[in-house]
Amino acid sequence: MSRRHRPDRGSRVGRTARWFDDRLGVARTGRTLLDKIFPNHWSFLLGEIALYSFVVLLATGVYLTFFFDASAAPVTYDGSYAPLQGVQVSAAYNSVLDLSFDVRAGLMMRQVHHWAALLFLAAIVMHICRVFFTGAFRRPREINWVVGCTLLVLALGNGFAGYSLLDDQLSGTGIRIADSVILSIPVAGTWISSLLFGGPFPGTEIIPRLFIIHVLLLPVAIIALLGVHLGILVRHKHTHFRGDGATEDNVVGERVWPTYAAKAGGVFFLTAALLCLLGGLFQINPVWLFGPFEPENVSSASQPDWYIGWLEGSLRLMPPWELSLGDYLIPNPFFPGVLLPGVTFLLLYAWPWIEAHFTKDHEPHHVLDRPRDRPVRTALGVATLTFYVILFAAGATDVLAVTFGVSVNRIVWTFRTLALVAPVAAALVARKVCLELQRRDGPPEPLPDEAEPVADEPAAVPS
Amino acid sequence: MSAPTRRRPAVSAAASVAVLTVLGLALWQPAQAQSPDPTAATSTTAAPTGPDDLVAIGRQLFDTGCVSCHGEGGVGTADGPTLVGVGEAAADFMLRTGRMPLAEPQGQSPSKPPAYTDQEIQALVAYVGSLGPGPAIPQVDVAAGDLVEGGELFRANCAACHGAAAVGGALSYGDYAPSLHSVAEVQIAEAVRVGPGQMPVFDEDVFTDDELNSLVAYVRYLQDPADPGGFSLGRVGPVAEGYVIWVVGASAVVVFIRWITRRRADG
Repeated sequence: MSRRHRPDRGSRVGRTARWFDDRLGVARTGRTLLDKIFPNHWSFLLGEIALYSFVVLLATGVYLTFFFDASAAPVTYDGSYAPLQGVQVSAAYNSVLDLSFDVRAGLMMRQVHHWAALLFLAAIVMHICRVFFTGAFRRPREINWVVGCTLLVLALGNGFAGYSLLDDQLSGTGIRIADSVILSIPVAGTWISSLLFGGPFPGTEIIPRLFIIHVLLLPVAIIALLGVHLGILVRHKHTHFRGDGATEDNVVGERVWPTYAAKAGGVFFLTAALLCLLGGLFQINPVWLFGPFEPENVSSASQPDWYIGWLEGSLRLMPPWELSLGDYLIPNPFFPGVLLPGVTFLLLYAWPWIEAHFTKDHEPHHVLDRPRDRPVRTALGVATLTFYVILFAAGATDVLAVTFGVSVNRIVWTFRTLALVAPVAAALVARKVCLELQRRDGPPEPLPDEAEPVADEPAAVPS
Repeated sequence: MSAPTRRRPAVSAAASVAVLTVLGLALWQPAQAQSPDPTAATSTTAAPTGPDDLVAIGRQLFDTGCVSCHGEGGVGTADGPTLVGVGEAAADFMLRTGRMPLAEPQGQSPSKPPAYTDQEIQALVAYVGSLGPGPAIPQVDVAAGDLVEGGELFRANCAACHGAAAVGGALSYGDYAPSLHSVAEVQIAEAVRVGPGQMPVFDEDVFTDDELNSLVAYVRYLQDPADPGGFSLGRVGPVAEGYVIWVVGASAVVVFIRWITRRRADG
């Protein structure tokens, strides 16, 4: 086989390939990768959208670092935005204004970068939903589920760090809230806050520190874990849905070269084009209107980016309860700001083991479930999503109140009620829908006998 | 009236057109201005009648339209506060933004087209002013204002309720700080001096008249800011951006990947 596919000695490309292969022995690995089979289902590309958004983030982010000045040192703004000329601002905010008004393509890069961050997180969330609802986290893929959950946490952290870097009024307000949540952590809170800020809030250390976190620590961690994530994916081979001769021992789909590479490349360019369109057409984060961060100022409608919205919502919905333990007080923000995300991610990480514990199914699985085939899992997933969507919506209580002319207090109480009732209702409906779809489908097709020859088209290879 | 200083040329041209349009309309219907209009706001000196006549006309109008809530002589009743000492600025603000007369006697009175003509408003304002000493209608000179100073004052004093982009914000129990995007210059200044509803009073001890000019200049600027970067999404911040990334962004990528994985046999 290797001889048949060896590049033609005569052509220039072939000679170059040969030269590299003689020295590095890459032909076998390259062939393995080029022959890797990808199932042809749209939901398998959600993770790739995240990957391509990340590529756009890196490219635009590098451009931004050429001009961004991660310093809290005071400077007098003298750029071309008249309403702020002569105002004393931080060097960081000053450089963001320059990027927005005086650096060629700076505002475009800023906006594409910001939209790419929003899409990055949205794609990760959609991808994790696909993996959850189809049972793709089951043995042997538990480790990759954990890696993926970690990537989500890192992406959330890096998004927040980037949002906080600009030192405008909105980002400063965000850091202020984050600091309050940190301070609510029993025993360690004040220490963590003091370490992070190098003293009391806001100080001058947080901007340079967030910068290193945002452009070095978290991106490197994300890139490393992406490598692990994809390496494990290649090692395990893809899961696939029933049909087209799919079994537990093969992968049905298209080879990377040439079919899938063309499709994936197309998706990359479409994603990049979409982000450029968003960045060019829709204003995002107009920091010149928010003004420089002054700790004593605040603007109404100060929200985080959407992926932190559920935490903003939990802070807003939490009733004003605190816990006194003898001489110690556990302040209110601890419960919605630390305990809730802690429990959330604990359950998320542990889900493969939790489910296996209850289903007693410890077998390896390569054929995916359809959500309707697992009504309980689907119902639990829908309930969880409903809960967090309500928290997300509740992060905008004031904006909703003004937009729809409703009392903000009524909205808070509505969301408090919904947060408790709606997940249960959604779960019951989801379960009912699953059972109804099952009934309509009849019993699932049995997997084809593995001894049975598999059709050539679409390609099927034994794993 | 003049456009705020230091506008970008393109915006300035657009603003000039808008200003000329407003001026033109004002000339066509000098006494019938149906919307808050910066040019028609205050010129009591241009009134055809003398001050005493104005007060008399105002009293007549008051006894017809206002007395049921504000009481005889404007001393107030259980249904409405006293107007003695609220000053001409308060009356002018309430009448020109249409907040008075009330549409319904509960909740916050929204701004709406004024119920009275310009001359009637002048008369009512003169009458309320005659009830007792209070803030006069501020003389606003936006051209004398400093946009930068106005921005700093706005962010420190106004943005907390009205929002950094002056799009308005929520207060407790259904009250709200309204959007400032269609408020005329004099009414902006009156609101600052008078503090209508839940708004605090910012008198001369807080903002000098020069600072007030600057503040009004910045609010006027926010009504049509130099705004690069595309559609402004209502300037309500990350909430709108979050909905856009899901409704536009996420939907688009799902369409992409469904299209690119479609099989030929599917059609």
